[in-house]
Amino acid sequence: MLAPLIEFVDIYKGFDNNEVLKGVTFNIYPGEITSIIGKSGIGKSVLLKHIIGLMIPDGGDILFQGKSIKKMKKAEISKIKNKISYMFQSTALFDSMTVIENISLPLVEKSKIPKNKIKQKVRERMNQLDLYGIDDKYPAQLSGGMKKRVALARALVTDPEIILFDEPTTGLDPIRRNSVHSMISDYQTRLGFTGVLVSHEIPDVFYISQRIIMLDSGKIIFQGSYKEILKSEDEQILDFITGSQKKPDGMTGLVGHSIGNKRIHEEKKRLDRHGIPFSLIMFTVKNFDEINSNFGYTAGQTALKHISVQVEKYLRINDCSCRNSKDSVLLILAHTNIKEAKKVFSKLVKIFSESGVKNILPDYGFCLQMSGKVIEINSGMIIDEIIEGGVGWENMDSQFNLC
Amino acid sequence: MRINTDVFTYISMTGRFVISLIREAGAVFVFFYKAFVHIFSFPLQISKIVNQIYFIGVKSVVIVGLTGTFTGMVLGLQGYYSLVKFGAEGTLGAVVALSIIRELGPVLAAIMVVGRAGSAIAAEIGIMRISEQIDALETMDIDPIRFLVSPKLAAAMLSMPLLTALFDVMGILGGYLTGSVLLGVSSGIFFSRMESNVMLCDVTGGFYKAFVFGIILTVISCYKGFYVHKSSDGFGAKGVSTATTSAVVLSSVFILVVDYVLTSFLI
Repeated sequence: MLAPLIEFVDIYKGFDNNEVLKGVTFNIYPGEITSIIGKSGIGKSVLLKHIIGLMIPDGGDILFQGKSIKKMKKAEISKIKNKISYMFQSTALFDSMTVIENISLPLVEKSKIPKNKIKQKVRERMNQLDLYGIDDKYPAQLSGGMKKRVALARALVTDPEIILFDEPTTGLDPIRRNSVHSMISDYQTRLGFTGVLVSHEIPDVFYISQRIIMLDSGKIIFQGSYKEILKSEDEQILDFITGSQKKPDGMTGLVGHSIGNKRIHEEKKRLDRHGIPFSLIMFTVKNFDEINSNFGYTAGQTALKHISVQVEKYLRINDCSCRNSKDSVLLILAHTNIKEAKKVFSKLVKIFSESGVKNILPDYGFCLQMSGKVIEINSGMIIDEIIEGGVGWENMDSQFNLC
Repeated sequence: MRINTDVFTYISMTGRFVISLIREAGAVFVFFYKAFVHIFSFPLQISKIVNQIYFIGVKSVVIVGLTGTFTGMVLGLQGYYSLVKFGAEGTLGAVVALSIIRELGPVLAAIMVVGRAGSAIAAEIGIMRISEQIDALETMDIDPIRFLVSPKLAAAMLSMPLLTALFDVMGILGGYLTGSVLLGVSSGIFFSRMESNVMLCDVTGGFYKAFVFGIILTVISCYKGFYVHKSSDGFGAKGVSTATTSAVVLSSVFILVVDYVLTSFLI
């Protein structure tokens, strides 16, 4: 197991008589995206501000690569700060500076890179974030979404080792929200930075995070992978997660994984008690990341939406579809045995093939590489193993392409 | 004993007030020290200082010039009718010049700059504080005092003596306009008396004062804006407005108090 990069050890923090953090202990591991979730006003941003030193804990200790920040000299802390970027919830853009001055500021002030190289680097980041034609505009002249992207560009321009995102998608429309999430995930994969993300966007953050930390009443009530949190039987955690996922995601039209999970367990109970069969179908877009990098960070979401729209037309009232992971859609077919499920599967593949990808991707001869699986659930099966490990699935046509 | 309790309460309140005052004064001094030292830290922030000279100095030229002119004109008018009673209207040039160069020039120029630039500085930094822009600088490991305060301090230290010089010149011309052009005091007498009575130390003394006032107005305005979040007078926009008002009031009062202290040393 990797050694933690940042360790919070029994952190206490209060404001006046309000104790916000009451003995918070957790670890952040290098090269991972860790999402801090929890209700509003619970102290998530306070936690994040402790990492960068904007707040000092009243009690406890923060260790960076095993060394206590309290024992570090100013130069050492400065060295750590240079490795970290912070994206503020309020964007915190300098309102008397233009967009280009805002993005280039950390490089102009803290690096010895020549001016033309800074300009080149800033331009590169702006292009990656679809920030065109706003170089000389001031933050007050931009929309909320655009401000967020400028702030993200500023956070990424120094190629930091650690990036702290304080609700990076709040106030964004579903398209931009998914785009920002995909971009964070993509950059993390490519650059390998350590990301700490404070967010309410459940389940979206689950698909891009390796580790989830849940804060409630000043304490950490969960830390682990998103698969582990979905298995949690703690009512408090379940209420929060399912409550957040009831609404379909505006971009893909799909409800979250935990809603699907809950539904599967309900069907399983019916199967166990009354012998009513049910089946699952899973469609995966295998080249999801490739689509995102070729056609922009919303293209993958559009592909999932395409699947969900086609599926919705065909599903019965008792059936359910949900987003199972970043790149897959899970269908729960109630009262359906494997024979009927295979028929549904074939029909859906036919519908997908007929519709093609003309409405999804620009016509560059690019195909969606899809895979599909079907399974009928039996009484003895362990649901989590099936969904996570792919045990027992029948591969119907694992490599069908939509062109 | 009731009386004893009241006395102790009064003493402890006074003690708390004195301690908080000393603490505040210490914090302001440390703030000034950091800002001052960072003026000379490399890389020098020349372009930022030039920008601030434009904002604090150049943009104050008209208001300082106008104030100087009318102050001189009023002095000329008042001085003439006071001196004429004693048949001493010939000394009008010296009276106007000495009053302006020694006192009114540095003080009124500084108060004008407090009203125009000091309030703007406090509001600008206050808004940057409440909108987390100063926190953003800290996360980038950019020292906000060096980045925001030092160029303003350097600019005020350089601009204030020059603005005072402008005030002096315009004030003398205003006095001349009233005394000689309108009221008939001989130009030759007006300027010769002025020349014979005004010493170089009067002029440099005024400039020293202007230099110190530049420091006072910048440090107080920046300090009030910088720590707006710690103020108990209000948060957000209200906090910024209170900080701006108290920056102007405090700077003006301090300028007058320090003027008295400096005058007693320079005289």
